[in-house]
Amino acid sequence: MAKELLKGNVAMAEAAIRSGLQAYFGYPITPQTELLEWMAERMPLLGRTFLQAESEVAAINMVYGAACTGARVMSSSSSPGVSLMMEGISYIAGTELPVVLVDVVRGGPGLGNIAPSQGDYYQITKGGGHGDYFPIVLAPSNVQESIDLMVLAFDLAEKYRSIVVVMSDGNVGQIMEPAELPPFQPLKTVYPDWAVRGAENRAKRTLSSIYIKPDEEEVTNFRLLERWHEIEANELRYKEYFLDDAEIVVVGFGSSGRVAFSAVRAARAQGIPVGLLRPITLRPFPYAPLAELSKSAKAFLVVEMNAGQMLDDVQLAVAGRTPVEFYGRMGGMVPYQGEILAEIMRIASESIPLEGDPRHRWAQRVNYGRNGHK
Amino acid sequence: MQTEIIISGFGGQGALFAGQLLAYAAMDSGFEVTWIPSYGPEMRGGTANCTVIIADEEIGAPTVLNPRAVLALNLPSLDKYEPLVISGGVLVANASLINRPITRTDISAVMIPANEIAEEIGDKRLLNMVMLGALLGKLPVLPVEVIEKALQAHIPERHKRLLPSNYAALRRGMEFAAQVPSPIHS
Repeated sequence: MAKELLKGNVAMAEAAIRSGLQAYFGYPITPQTELLEWMAERMPLLGRTFLQAESEVAAINMVYGAACTGARVMSSSSSPGVSLMMEGISYIAGTELPVVLVDVVRGGPGLGNIAPSQGDYYQITKGGGHGDYFPIVLAPSNVQESIDLMVLAFDLAEKYRSIVVVMSDGNVGQIMEPAELPPFQPLKTVYPDWAVRGAENRAKRTLSSIYIKPDEEEVTNFRLLERWHEIEANELRYKEYFLDDAEIVVVGFGSSGRVAFSAVRAARAQGIPVGLLRPITLRPFPYAPLAELSKSAKAFLVVEMNAGQMLDDVQLAVAGRTPVEFYGRMGGMVPYQGEILAEIMRIASESIPLEGDPRHRWAQRVNYGRNGHK
Repeated sequence: MQTEIIISGFGGQGALFAGQLLAYAAMDSGFEVTWIPSYGPEMRGGTANCTVIIADEEIGAPTVLNPRAVLALNLPSLDKYEPLVISGGVLVANASLINRPITRTDISAVMIPANEIAEEIGDKRLLNMVMLGALLGKLPVLPVEVIEKALQAHIPERHKRLLPSNYAALRRGMEFAAQVPSPIHS
């Protein structure tokens, strides 16, 4: 299929439709709305379900119900809307249902603004809803990846009876790039043996997240954990750039990952031995490859559009073997290439301490934003 | 190697579409390309701008602080972006809506009465095509024929009757800019 110029949000919607999406439930919110609009136009034309709910709370509970039938279902929203969905997401996790959710992250906390951000990293990757569960989290950094990861999201959700969150951001959602859409998959006709679709000629099935007896809940918790360990073993994805001889390892995902790529390429052109690891699965997180790199690297630089959330995971992986630095923009601000390049050049010429808190050092360096960021 | 172009104006002036057209033409020519809008909570008459990057390799950051070229469709856009164009870059400003000269002397500067030229051709809404043509006159990032082909290929059928006037607007802008002398660089 030929490449088309596609907007990230629209590309994700069309990729989901071509993956055999049967029902979409959502509520509009910028910077995600083009996704919902595309669904509103396309799904009824194809004889499938599009429903704009009265709120995000309603939308996620409609997703919950529809997922119980074993159908391919999804919702999408942006940060404040996703917060509203958290109760439903926990129930979906507790009921072990395959559901795909897109979060096109915007500036926060609170109502914040509609500009691109990565401030939902903790919320999305560490759960967000209550209880012990482990969402799979995929982070696209361009339109082609947005498409490919949507297709993958449905497959992973069904394979592991898991929630899969595609964590995009305002820039990846709004950008237009040439990309190739996947072929149409037929709608499913065979449903899993746990699905509730009417009990004619078979025994009754029940789907629920209620386990009144703690010992039975614990059995369920262990089942979720075992499935998670399988996911960790099989589904890790990340991309490496210029890492073979890198002394400085930059780590960034999504929008900040692609800005970091520009900076790393510019630093390489000046002879700096720097590389980039861009996580594509934020959960499972690439702890092992980063741990391996920490045995040879001189320093790490974590770049995010938040106050240093993935930073915690990088520090877990590095385990104090190598100094780690952090550079972030917040509130809907996106770093320019030059800002990250300056950090790389500084790290190349300075000795970075092993001790201390990289987030604290960064905040001091930028004087808590009082220096007048561009 | 990449070329970054910012197109900025009031909402409704066609800044975003001019950028998309450039992006389509770049894609059709086999280049890597990104188009990204500034998407504030804005409405018609507010500000609208987009950044287009055309490259022969993978594009990282889709926005830049210092672009190679800027199309300023109104005064606030000129005020914002004139200091940011790289030295030796291109700045095309819409003289119809701007009451001051361009002060930078280290860039190729074009003050073009885009609204008046568009009205002469027959539709003031063609001002974005006049401006895009002027860009091509100073920065031949793509041949004008490729832009025209992209216009034909990617606009809805119901607008195809407007193609000749759009082509005329591109050509008039290009001819105007080609006659403006560029600064001499050592």
